[in-house]
Amino acid sequence: MADLTTTFAGIKSPNPFWLASAPPTDKEYNVRRAFEAGWGGVVWKTLGEDGPPVVNVNGPRYGAIWGADRRLLGLNNIELITDRPLDVNLREIKAVKRDYPDRAMVVSLMVPCEEDAWKRILPRVEETGADGIELNFGCPHGMAERGMGSAVGQVPEYIEMVTRWCKQNTRMPVIVKLTPNITDIRYPARAAHRGGADAVSLINTINSITSVNLDLMAPEPTIDGKGTHGGYCGPAVKPIALNMVAEIARDADTAGLPISAIGGITTWRDAAEFIALGAGNAQVCTAVMTYGFKIVEEMIAGLSLWMDEQGYASIDDFAGRAVPNVTDWQYLNLNYVTKARINQELCIKCGRCFAACEDTSHQAISMSEDRVFDVKDDECVACNLCVNVCPVEDCITMEELAPGTLDERTGQKVPAEAADWTVHPNNPSAAAAE
Amino acid sequence: MPNSPMTPGIVANRLPEDRLQENFSDLHPPLDAHEAAVAADRCYFCHDAPCMTACPTSIDIPLFIREIQTGRPDAAARTILEQNILGGMCARVCPTETLCEEVCVREVAEGKPVEIGRLQRYATDVVMAANDHPFERGAPTGKHVAVVGAGPAGLACAHRLAMYGHEVTIMDARPRPGGLNEYGIAAYKTTGGFAAAEVDWLLKIGGITVENGKKLGRDFSLQDLARTHDAVFLAIGLAGVNDLGTPGEDKDNVLDAVDFIADLRQARDLSALPVGRDIVVIGGGMTAVDAAVQSKLLGALNVAMVYRRGRERMSASEYEQDLAASKGVHIIYNAQPVAVHGNGAVREVEFEYTVEEDGKLKGTGETFRLKADQVFKAIGQRLDGAPEGLKIEGGKIAVSGAGRTGLAGVWAGGDCASGGDDLTVTGVAQGRDAAEDIHRALLA
Ligand SMILES: Cc1cc2nc3c(=O)[nH]c(=O)nc-3n(C[C@H](O)[C@H](O)[C@H](O)COP(=O)(O)OP(=O)(O)OC[C@H]3O[C@@H](n4cnc5c(N)ncnc54)[C@H](O)[C@@H]3O)c2cc1C
Ligand SMILES: Cc1cc2nc3c(=O)[nH]c(=O)nc-3n(C[C@H](O)[C@H](O)[C@H](O)COP(=O)(O)O)c2cc1C
Ligand code: SF4
Ligand code: SF4
Ligand code: SF4
Repeated sequence: MADLTTTFAGIKSPNPFWLASAPPTDKEYNVRRAFEAGWGGVVWKTLGEDGPPVVNVNGPRYGAIWGADRRLLGLNNIELITDRPLDVNLREIKAVKRDYPDRAMVVSLMVPCEEDAWKRILPRVEETGADGIELNFGCPHGMAERGMGSAVGQVPEYIEMVTRWCKQNTRMPVIVKLTPNITDIRYPARAAHRGGADAVSLINTINSITSVNLDLMAPEPTIDGKGTHGGYCGPAVKPIALNMVAEIARDADTAGLPISAIGGITTWRDAAEFIALGAGNAQVCTAVMTYGFKIVEEMIAGLSLWMDEQGYASIDDFAGRAVPNVTDWQYLNLNYVTKARINQELCIKCGRCFAACEDTSHQAISMSEDRVFDVKDDECVACNLCVNVCPVEDCITMEELAPGTLDERTGQKVPAEAADWTVHPNNPSAAAAE
Repeated sequence: MPNSPMTPGIVANRLPEDRLQENFSDLHPPLDAHEAAVAADRCYFCHDAPCMTACPTSIDIPLFIREIQTGRPDAAARTILEQNILGGMCARVCPTETLCEEVCVREVAEGKPVEIGRLQRYATDVVMAANDHPFERGAPTGKHVAVVGAGPAGLACAHRLAMYGHEVTIMDARPRPGGLNEYGIAAYKTTGGFAAAEVDWLLKIGGITVENGKKLGRDFSLQDLARTHDAVFLAIGLAGVNDLGTPGEDKDNVLDAVDFIADLRQARDLSALPVGRDIVVIGGGMTAVDAAVQSKLLGALNVAMVYRRGRERMSASEYEQDLAASKGVHIIYNAQPVAVHGNGAVREVEFEYTVEEDGKLKGTGETFRLKADQVFKAIGQRLDGAPEGLKIEGGKIAVSGAGRTGLAGVWAGGDCASGGDDLTVTGVAQGRDAAEDIHRALLA
């Protein structure tokens, strides 16, 4: 059986599945039950300064979007960091870590942007025996207005500064949690790296309004007639998180910096994809908030079966394997020619491919009287839209034209050698090869 | 002491009240909003959708299902009703398994069609429940059209004519409007007085007068109508019933299935309706199934439905046959009646087995007898009382185009006219299309 143990930024855990800092990790009761269920580690719900705890709204704090059968696709929240007293949280962290020494216990922190504040809290966290800290520079709501969370996370200089303070004031590994509410995720990642971070984790939630209540004319969730933007997470954000993880993984400036992947991870496959794109482990929030702790059993079983099948003995065996295949557009091979192919046996004749291609693409699908759909090779640009709209899996596929065959659309033979935009004749700045 | 299915003879009260209610409740219960959302989500919004082509009234099925998906069942209802003003009844009674749902791409692919009929009901119920009639009568044109028969074909024609502003008078021989919607369709398909409520709702458009108890050929003639109206639409259905032509057929308790069904549909209290312990239904169509199933549901102990040809030739769909079997009806194929026995009233029916050779039915000479307190004949309805002067073709009023008879100013549609299946939805389509044609003719 595949070995799922990981050592992430020096922190060991029996499997790569951690719970992200959020309600599932807000108290001892939850975390003990999560560990019993099999979670490899947790990032404790973000702690703030000592003193009067933050207050949450007393109306709804979550909004959501669903599929037709109420499958939860995206969740949004306006919750703040923990609203329980600091000493209670620290006492509980200590008790749990003592009883589960083999699990990863990371504590998320968010205190004001002053070195003293960090100096005050770090020794107290260290005293619990926790394995590491995660700096929450991510929350897009509530705390940012107080100069914390994403207010810090959006300014690379602050990230670097706070990271450095932490590295100077604790021996614990420092993970910097990044906000996606920024134009280019590489800048905050580089800043964390410069500050000495042991790892980054991403993504935190995305600024969002999930829906508008058209009766109240107010955003959801609505509190006494008003609403505010919240943080979006869950399956819907996974593609955004994947890209951000990949951007950091392939950035020369941050090469080798461990990444803890977060954002929409719901199944073992999601986790495997993030790890293939360069993550060292996977944090989960919305999926457990939807289905409970038990899903980790599916994740562990699925991941190890897949690894066995692929011959991967350990997580490291496939971690980052997809990174070299992420490139920039201008390096894609323009001589790679494919055509859509419809498997007539699988086709159920719904005509969606036809409507999509005819109305919005390249008029490259024909429809006969008796509803047989065929691709016109002389029109097909291989955009893949038909594949995406076809309700039958694998019914339409993109088949490569072998070098030397005629592309009926261009009237040219497919060249054997690869050529990308950098050498394309239409590119004004193409390197003149001749 | 109350009766039971075992009680001999023809008696009422075979089943307790609650069982009867359960037996005659909705065959397909309505979808709630969430079920409708999930069912609607299965639709692929096909291009040039096969389901739409299969619908005799050409309802834009993908569009109305999408309107349900997006939370506007009222818009969906309008999409349905624009094509088919009896969309509510059709949602309940259409044999969808041989129409839209049979060709739904998901039926073809997975054997599980989108539940078009139930979704159609969901949408139309919303509009009916709000008692909202979404169409307005057109500005009066001064033209007056006579419609004979207040069944689906007549009602659909009248409504469409009213939309164009023509004045319509519907005359019907029966005491209540609705045609077979009111007197024929199985009770568990149209529960809670829906047929009558739908007619009331349809008439809300205005400009339509219904005169019941008025029979063509008895109370007035086609010539009278043609003289006093600008156009006439005949939608008199099939009022006659085919005979068995079997010795003993005239014995007591050998009845027309449609009469038994009409009595059942009009009964205020089903427990007061007498039914035999042993029932024999002769025929293989929808009427036979309905008579057999409903007598079983009333509490008959043994119900046999006997059809003279093989299963594959039966006009009742496989779904209907399975329904009958699931309710405990014993279906016997390949047997034809040769004699009805009994002293005054029927006691037994004698059948002979048959084989079909080169499409020809032949008795094998071997016979058997079934006990019967009541026999329901359901071997087909026929045109009865068609006015003189109309061309008859295959037992129906011959029409061409959108219901044009040979006579100027006279149209016909529904079961009484040639072309199309004898279905509610076909009647609606033909009534609607005739109205369009009449309208064009009146404007010309
Ligand atoms: C028992 C039974 C069950 C059925 N079940 C289904 C089903 O589940 N689904 C389905 O789609 N179809 C079903 N059908 C068929 C469907 O009911 C008919 O196809 C449909 O009602 C035809 O409509 P119509 O308007 O042509 O005729 P009808 O509904 O028969 O209406 C004709 C009207 O004309 C009136 N009329 C007749 N003669 C005269 C006259 N001389 N003067 C004045 N008025 C007259 C009658 O009183 C009647 O109201 C069933 C039929 C029967 C008999
Ligand atoms: C209700 C809620 C509260 C959260 N609170 C915190 C928090 O206190 N600190 C933090 O770093 N992230 C917090 N998050 C963000 C999650 O840790 C995680 O980054 C995000 O939800 C994306 O992962 P997911 O798609 O698996 O949910 C919260 C998320 C939710 C839904
Ligand atoms: S790949 Fe694009 S262009 Fe080609 S057939 Fe499909 S939709 Fe049309
Ligand atoms: S979308 Fe797929 S299933 Fe539908 S017609 Fe096209 S190829 Fe066939
Ligand atoms: S055929 Fe089925 S899936 Fe396609 S539009 Fe009709 S109901 Fe929807």
